[in-house]
Amino acid sequence: MKKIMNAPEAYTDDMLKGIYMTHEEVKYVNDDLRCYCIANKKPDKVAIITGGGTGHLPLFLGYVGHGLIDGCAVGGVFQSPSAEQIFEVTKEVEAGAGVLYLYGNYTGDIMNFDMAAELCEMEDIKTASIVGADDVNSGAPKVRRGVAGIFYMFKAAGAKADMGGNLEEVLAAAQKAKERTRTVGFAMSPCIIPEVGKPNFTLEENEMAMGMGIHGEPGIWNGPIKTSGELAEESLHTILEDMPIAKGEEAAILINGLGATSVEELYILCKDVVEYLEGQGIKVVRSNVGEYATSMEMMGASVSVCRLDEELKEYLDHPVSTPFYIQKARDGYDAV
Amino acid sequence: MGQIFRNKDGKSILMKMVKAIQDNKAYLGEVDGLIGDGDHGMNMNKGFTVFEERFGSEEFGFTEGLEELGMILMNEIGGSMGPIYGTIFTAMAEKGEGLEEISLTGFADILEYALAKLQTIIEAQVGDKTLVDTLSPAADSLRQSQKVGWDLMTAMNAMAEAAAKGRDSTKDMVAKFGRSSRLGERSRGVLDAGATSCCLILTAMAEGIKEMVC
Repeated sequence: MKKIMNAPEAYTDDMLKGIYMTHEEVKYVNDDLRCYCIANKKPDKVAIITGGGTGHLPLFLGYVGHGLIDGCAVGGVFQSPSAEQIFEVTKEVEAGAGVLYLYGNYTGDIMNFDMAAELCEMEDIKTASIVGADDVNSGAPKVRRGVAGIFYMFKAAGAKADMGGNLEEVLAAAQKAKERTRTVGFAMSPCIIPEVGKPNFTLEENEMAMGMGIHGEPGIWNGPIKTSGELAEESLHTILEDMPIAKGEEAAILINGLGATSVEELYILCKDVVEYLEGQGIKVVRSNVGEYATSMEMMGASVSVCRLDEELKEYLDHPVSTPFYIQKARDGYDAV
Repeated sequence: MGQIFRNKDGKSILMKMVKAIQDNKAYLGEVDGLIGDGDHGMNMNKGFTVFEERFGSEEFGFTEGLEELGMILMNEIGGSMGPIYGTIFTAMAEKGEGLEEISLTGFADILEYALAKLQTIIEAQVGDKTLVDTLSPAADSLRQSQKVGWDLMTAMNAMAEAAAKGRDSTKDMVAKFGRSSRLGERSRGVLDAGATSCCLILTAMAEGIKEMVC
């Protein structure tokens, strides 16, 4: 294991200390570094709260900021945060207009967010919940893991809330993005949980794993590494089989690096993804390339496709500013 | 003789549970690593050790200890095991807190109640390759022992045996709940980590109770 760290058990908290030292736009509450909140909340806005394990930056906390989400309960590496931490974040960032819990479809997270929602009910804080479940290769729609495609849910819900939407409308925006987003990921090397100290699977020098999850969950096949063009084709074939997009329709793509794959490679993959989609008559009108949901030092990438309509396009174009992600307005004005 | 243990004597039972988890931290990690991400031992150890640090030098009874341990797991540990074991232990405490002396019937009630509470937060049933496969037969065995009139000591041995059998039964199962459920057939052939830790805990509990029987 080669990691820049101190004690393995301090990995998450040391990281958080660094983030708070660097970014004044965020703070923590309840004397708990893991209760991560926007520093200046917008009054009367629906608050959006996420949470999940450490090890995926910029997911999850990196999306806390203006125009996106308001708080994040931070768990240990690949661990759900506790219900109490979620509840503390909720009390801090809710602004009287209700709260949307938006997080990935993992058992531990669901249990803890559901328990936090019960605590909120006792304090008369209105909540709604939705989980990201975009990883096509991880099973039937209901059990799918949430991976990089949750970006589009954050973006849609965040924009709707920022525009003044009520809780039902913000939930509906997230739901729409969810229904229209699919992801396929693949890994080329494992990652190591600091406190475990060794990888929990291995891949041979020339081997890759199609469909692997962002915690190293096994995928659908292990085999020799394919070319970028072949990977784009297989990923998009899987995605479009699950979510057909008609000729002439518009789509957004997200090419996400898992942590140890170069941005150069991501752009190579981007080229192949765009070429494949355009070959199918689908117009790629928005592209994001970079790291959006990583798995520490795992090598590999994921491809997400969001089937757009005018409403979703408006949400995607809404300017945002967080310590980890800045998007300017398309007419060139600076983000809020 | 041999039919009850006193709730107020329960500290040593809790400390045996703590030690069982601490001693098996690496083993649980290895079991979890086969189809999970390998951190089960570490997380369980974290929660149980926080309990030891906070209450190891205090006096407390069986159900008081379970309540404190359960609250630590539920509020401070997170993950999926935090709420699951947190619910089990706080439910046991809730059901048993009024009892000064805990009989076999009382203990069977306590474990059955914990199982029922657990099943309000997770949908897992026997056969789904989870800790329910350990907890459920353990609770059944207590009720059975009570019906046939066994003493507490014998019932504890039977419970530990039932728990071990339940744990082993998960080996041939395909996971239907939790993160490993997405592996389908590939989850067959290895023990479930939660069923394994649950067996360690129940066995330690049985050993602790046997020493306190009066």
